[in-house]
Amino acid sequence: MTDVPPGYFLALAGLMFTIGVIGVLVRRNAIVLFMFIELMLNAVNLVFVTFARMKGNIDGQVLVFFVLVVAAAEVVVGLAIIMLIARRRASANVDDVRLLKW
Amino acid sequence: MPLDIPAVRLTGIAPEIALCATALLLLVIDAVLGERRNRWYLPALASIGLGLSIYFATEAWGTTRLELSGMVAVDGFASFVKITLAVFGLLTVWLGRDFLVRERAEEGEFYGLVLFAVAGMMLMAGAADLIVVFLALETFSLALYVLVGFRRRSLLSQESSMKYFLLGSFSTAFFLLGIAFVYGAVGSTNLYGGEDGPGIVSSFMATGASDVGLLILAMGLLIVGLGFKVAAVPFHMWTPDAYQGAPSPVTGFMAAGSKIAGFAALLRLLDVTLYPLREDWRPLVIGVAVLTMVVGSVLAVVQEDVKRLLAYSSIAHAGFVFTGLIAANDRGVSGSLFYLATYGITVLGAFAVVAVLSGRDDEKVTLRDYRGLFYDRPLLAGALTLFLLSLAGVPVTSGFVAKLVVFGAAIQEGYWWLAVVGMVTSAIAAFFYLKVLVVMYMQEKETEDAERVRSGPLSTGVIGLAALATIVLGLYWGPLIDVAERATLFFAGG
Repeated sequence: MTDVPPGYFLALAGLMFTIGVIGVLVRRNAIVLFMFIELMLNAVNLVFVTFARMKGNIDGQVLVFFVLVVAAAEVVVGLAIIMLIARRRASANVDDVRLLKW
Repeated sequence: MPLDIPAVRLTGIAPEIALCATALLLLVIDAVLGERRNRWYLPALASIGLGLSIYFATEAWGTTRLELSGMVAVDGFASFVKITLAVFGLLTVWLGRDFLVRERAEEGEFYGLVLFAVAGMMLMAGAADLIVVFLALETFSLALYVLVGFRRRSLLSQESSMKYFLLGSFSTAFFLLGIAFVYGAVGSTNLYGGEDGPGIVSSFMATGASDVGLLILAMGLLIVGLGFKVAAVPFHMWTPDAYQGAPSPVTGFMAAGSKIAGFAALLRLLDVTLYPLREDWRPLVIGVAVLTMVVGSVLAVVQEDVKRLLAYSSIAHAGFVFTGLIAANDRGVSGSLFYLATYGITVLGAFAVVAVLSGRDDEKVTLRDYRGLFYDRPLLAGALTLFLLSLAGVPVTSGFVAKLVVFGAAIQEGYWWLAVVGMVTSAIAAFFYLKVLVVMYMQEKETEDAERVRSGPLSTGVIGLAALATIVLGLYWGPLIDVAERATLFFAGG
């Protein structure tokens, strides 16, 4: 098996994270926002795994499991909150959510 | 291959276990007994759980050790924060009970979520590994997201819950990236290290300064994540919205609890683990502190909603605590602890008054609703006056002593100009606290209330206790400061 240099993985993770950040900043649908946040978390997971390989210890791979579990819990709570609003408003657009300002 | 199972002693997280067990029991009991008219046993059980956790936290007082393979620290600092958090939890449960009964929205889940949130916050105080900090952060955040949206009939409450949730998970992603970079820089995420493995600093010293850039970048990201939780500027955008939309008791709990939990993790991370790198993180944190004090105080001036006003005040207070953190000496740490404990009790008292006054549906929270309050309900107005004066830092209240201690610590380290910024912004802040007082004492009431909401016995008790603590700690601050100082004595151990 050919050895892919770890820098490539880090570059990919950086790209994923950046796409996630930009997505959160420009998109307006709450569920899509949430998907971009998940993308950021997965980019971090990739960073963990890459560093685990570079450092030659297993800690980073273990950390990924923690992140996965927490992300799953976050989805449960997050989708419930978004659903609650979407039911009342028939839209998940965050620009409609503006009772609160300043 | 023989499997080496590490020794597990759960005493290190006994308070958290007590809380989680009680919370689960409470949910089961609520489900079994079903809808009853008076569910007094729910807050009673929650109080017992919080009392147990105080007991376990006191048991651990005086020891300094790492438990669970170096994952949690058991020391005076953790015990102090845990006991304080349990007290906040008790006040919240009692206040929440009255509030929920009034709103006819009592659910067992409320108490369960408060207990889970307190457990998560406690874990923040004891966390000795960044991944435990992350788990604790998410545990209490997820509980808070739901608590903020607990007024299900209110669109406002749901909106604030969604905003808090989206921005919260956004900031968590940055925090996590910070952990990943720390791991990449030094190959470990442990704050202390020791016989069970390398820590961040020891690995850093061993490898030399090759990865210092990555570590500093990571530090910045960690500060973003935790700064979000303590409502530091520029990561404060969620604060006024979440504070306004949340049920008033929950708002008080958020202000008191997530602040002390976030700062507990920041203090351990910056003032202990990264102390050798203090010259690198100080400029960044000083910038955040100054911005936080100025923006919090200035924007509070234009608020017309009491809950938003208190939200900006809580932002400004985060800035004041930062001065103690920046000092990074024993006095700074103990001063910050004292500040967070007294601020928490005062702000819970203030939100208790707001919760009583807000009336049905928690809606009467603008300054107009407070006109002539003193002539209508003198005791409540008097209590609120006391809390606001304490938040403003007027002598003879605990807020004055707290400010004195953190600014003193900053001056001791030569950051006298930071203390000056703190005092100037305190003066600006005093303006908007006084604005509320003027409205309460010197303006006429506009309309008569259609129905007058009475303060329940529990709310009255909470307000009384908080007022008593505010005065007593303003006059006899010695004992609590003593305890806070002893809490920092074994702080660095590990």
